[in-house]
Amino acid sequence: MAMLEVHDLEVYYGVIRALKGISFEVNKGEIVTLIGANGAGKTTTMQSVVGLIPKRSGSVIFDGHDITKTPCHKIVHLGMTQVPEGRRIFQELSVYDNLLMGAYSMKNQSSFKSDLEAIYTRFPRLAERKNQIAGTLSGGEQQMLAMGRAIMSHPKLLMLDEPSMGLSPLLVDQVFEIIKDINKDGTTILLVEQNAGKSLAISDRAYVLENGSIVLSGTGNELASSEMVRKAYLGG
Amino acid sequence: MEFLNTFINGLSVGGVYAMIALGYTMVYGIAKMLNFAHGDIIMVGAYLIVLFLPINPIVAIIAAIILCAILGIFIEKIAYKPLRGASPLAVLITAIGVSYLLQSLAQIIAGPNTYYPDPLSKLFPEFMGEPTYGIITIGSFSIKLSTLITLICVAIVMTALTLFVKYTRTGRAMVAVSEDKGAAQLMGINVNHIIMITFAIGSALAALASILTTFDASKVSTTMGSLPGIKAFAAAVIGGIGSIPGAMLGGIILGLVECFAQAVPAIAPYTVTIEFSLLIIMLLVKPTGILGKKRREKV
Repeated sequence: MAMLEVHDLEVYYGVIRALKGISFEVNKGEIVTLIGANGAGKTTTMQSVVGLIPKRSGSVIFDGHDITKTPCHKIVHLGMTQVPEGRRIFQELSVYDNLLMGAYSMKNQSSFKSDLEAIYTRFPRLAERKNQIAGTLSGGEQQMLAMGRAIMSHPKLLMLDEPSMGLSPLLVDQVFEIIKDINKDGTTILLVEQNAGKSLAISDRAYVLENGSIVLSGTGNELASSEMVRKAYLGG
Repeated sequence: MEFLNTFINGLSVGGVYAMIALGYTMVYGIAKMLNFAHGDIIMVGAYLIVLFLPINPIVAIIAAIILCAILGIFIEKIAYKPLRGASPLAVLITAIGVSYLLQSLAQIIAGPNTYYPDPLSKLFPEFMGEPTYGIITIGSFSIKLSTLITLICVAIVMTALTLFVKYTRTGRAMVAVSEDKGAAQLMGINVNHIIMITFAIGSALAALASILTTFDASKVSTTMGSLPGIKAFAAAVIGGIGSIPGAMLGGIILGLVECFAQAVPAIAPYTVTIEFSLLIIMLLVKPTGILGKKRREKV
């Protein structure tokens, strides 16, 4: 059953047609990846789906709700949370306060303490630095915080935009392990990545985005062995 | 003793500037706009005191604060919200327009008269009359009751606001929105709601500032908000616009400079010149203000 369905999504920046009517879906329990080069429209897709960028046309159905015109801050309440490109943690707030903001959408704050403990167990570094101002964390720690912050809202669908960006190879492996873990715990994942090799390896299905259109789709394995993907994204 | 008196007066005058500056700085931090109608909320607050004082001084104070908060929300809704995402210049011109609108409306409704409401003599009629005239004397030290109340109010408001921003969910959400609106929305924070709360708090503080001004038996007129408004704006910039402790610090500094300049006969006539020179010097030396941070621009 499709948890997220995107139909003919079109986005313009002024007169520039950034997304040329793309359609894709994410099924419950899956890890789905959108891969593509810089400027292909990956981040535009992620941000327009949650209403951070206005859509020109098309529709978005999430968990049975039509969220095409739903304002961004209400979408979190339905169970779709995004770790945005560049992490965008709140630099001036402490680690703890960032996690508090992650739980902002929770109507019932009673689970806050146990959720916090779960995050601190999953990311021990955040526990060590809970009172530190987030802007002083290293890039890897900031990525952990951004993921922890998103999980605080108990998402059914977690969207991650370039989580491996700017991280050392060791940390990249760690991030992908964590994504697999989160998925095993029952959270559906929509991932955007430039690191096609690593992301295809953990994906159930994937789509290739080029110049604002989806040019190829298939299972992670199919795409990883496809001639076109190998040439363009996996270095031959 | 002379020095101490001037210092205490400076704290009290500066505290009022700080209270007004908080409104500028919070709105700037969160809505990224300069609300030049903010000073005129002071004027509206003072007229509300004039209007409700015959009923009861306490009622007048509470009514002024609540009605100004509602006015702030209302102005934001009809004048600024439709311009969200418009060029900063359009918003700035609108704010100046709102400022003139409020002044003209006050002129039409209240007429050209000036009022001296003096709510303190209604609150403490015994004490404000003979033989003390509202002056508390302890040994050789004396302080005006209005100054004492102002200092207490300023201390309470600054502490409460700091605690609110630091330790409540809404307060933390305000900091989050001022830092990154998009990321805040992704957390489920309703940015419009936070902006509304900010305007309400800012306007309520302006009303409180105006009440404290009337405690000193100053006159109430339609343009009375302009000078304290613009001085508080200078204070917000000196402290670092967008920074709450900055506005507090900037206000206090400006108040101290004002009172010490007035205490020296040779430079007293140039007090306002000195205050605004301070702003110009700050803009030349450190444009971000004392506690302001350089924000990285997001691409």
